[in-house]
Amino acid sequence: MGAVTNLSSMSSEANRGEQLTGRLLRSFEPKFRVSHLNFYYGAVQALHDISLAIPQNQITALIGPSGCGKSTFLRTLNRMSETIRHTRVEGEILLDNEDIFSMDLVTLRRRVGMVFQKPNPFPKTIFDNVAYGLRVNGGHRGAALADAVEASLRRAALWDEVKDQLGKSALALSGGQQQRLCIARALAVNPEVLLLDEPCSALDPIATAKIEDLMFTLKENCTILIVTHSMQQAARVSTHTGFFLLGKLIEFNETDILFKKPLRKETEDYITGRFG
Amino acid sequence: MRYRSIWRKTVNALMLGTTGLCALVTVSVLILILAYLAVKGWRYLSWSFLTQLPKPVGEAGGGMANAIVGSGKLLLVAAVAGVPVGLMAGIYLAEFGGKTFSFMVRYTTDLLNGVPSIVMGIFIYTIVVLPMGHFSALAGGLALGVMLIPIVVRSTEEFLRAVPGTLLEGALALGASRWRGVATVVIPAAFRGIATGVLLSLARVAGETAPLLFTSFSNRYWSPGWSQPIASLPVMIYTYAISPYKSWRQQAWAAGFVLLALVLLVNIGAHVILSRRHSVQRG
Repeated sequence: MGAVTNLSSMSSEANRGEQLTGRLLRSFEPKFRVSHLNFYYGAVQALHDISLAIPQNQITALIGPSGCGKSTFLRTLNRMSETIRHTRVEGEILLDNEDIFSMDLVTLRRRVGMVFQKPNPFPKTIFDNVAYGLRVNGGHRGAALADAVEASLRRAALWDEVKDQLGKSALALSGGQQQRLCIARALAVNPEVLLLDEPCSALDPIATAKIEDLMFTLKENCTILIVTHSMQQAARVSTHTGFFLLGKLIEFNETDILFKKPLRKETEDYITGRFG
Repeated sequence: MRYRSIWRKTVNALMLGTTGLCALVTVSVLILILAYLAVKGWRYLSWSFLTQLPKPVGEAGGGMANAIVGSGKLLLVAAVAGVPVGLMAGIYLAEFGGKTFSFMVRYTTDLLNGVPSIVMGIFIYTIVVLPMGHFSALAGGLALGVMLIPIVVRSTEEFLRAVPGTLLEGALALGASRWRGVATVVIPAAFRGIATGVLLSLARVAGETAPLLFTSFSNRYWSPGWSQPIASLPVMIYTYAISPYKSWRQQAWAAGFVLLALVLLVNIGAHVILSRRHSVQRG
């Protein structure tokens, strides 16, 4: 929480707005462009008029209290939100200027991979887990498939630990290994974007550190979005951070600005631990 | 105070005793049946009983080989006819069904499960035996097949629901269609349970007599093919047990023992499959 403590000395709100002029978000190459996104679970509106751009090849963290809509937002980006009945989405999401709602679902989910909160390896072998996406998409067979599996496991920093037991059940791995396996599984189809939905919340600090290290190497080729409950994690890993509250995007900025000099009172209250 | 405490203790002991006694009765019913059948049936069980055809009245010896094979054939027809329908309906309920239609299917399934087996026999008699003009293995198998559908539906649905939803999510997030995710991830994860349910449903209908009386009927020789009447263990037991001949009644005991042994074997086998530790093969 060290980066945050000096906030208490901040003066009135108007004053701060002035101080921050010129410290607003610098321009970047957007991967996603979201405009006026509304999302409904039945009659309940979960997202209100979200507009933002996600920078390419950067790590963007989404923070906010439980139920604020950050996970819901993440799930609209690969249209996983559609797997829940009676949901409705309004607005526009562009991936490289292409509308994701008119995109073929398989193509979209190949380009935008996802890792979930709880490691969810399939009850299959380690090899078959990583090969799953490749088999769904077709194309890879035999040696090419084996090569792709190895490459993905290497990218997920898991190869050395599992190379002798590819035929073993994925369920025999530790929690941290399972989560890296799930990352390898997502990486196997070479996604351009990786959505991480609280990927470390079920892991111990050592496994968490491994996954955070991994994110830095992955951002070379991948745009990463991570939903996290841990503000320290957001501060450690991300270049940009979005703060959600009650289904609204309160603030989006470069991570150090958002944590050191938030523009909005709600953001400041949240990151200083006054609520949430 | 003291009086109330004694009263409480007495009621407690009384209720504990009553419930325990009822539990004991439940267990002892099965044990009694088993023991009685074993004692009575085992005595008349012989190699020739398992391998020979029934002998005409008055001749000693003979067996029920045709009925054992017949029961097997009936169960095969039942499995072919009923299991796929039950499995698919179960998969639909667990993975695809909406609200209203699923509720209807579930409710109907429970009702179907409660239809008396003799009614099932009459039903198949009307729609299969009458048009065909004669009893047949096919009709008998169909009657058993219809009876096992609701059992398979409910057990399949239950085991599929026990698979964490996060697994299907994982497959969908990799671009799999819903059906593909269900077929390649959810069903394999529940396979053991589903297989157990199928085995138990077969064991359950293997002992049914009433639906076979009007459908497969019985005979005293080998019936090749599927369109002739065919002998089965339950119907043989019924026929032999109410006969006036002592040797027949003895053979009925033996047949009862064989039938129960087979059903128990399948039951135990199913539970062994279910409880074995999870392992996956490279596929």
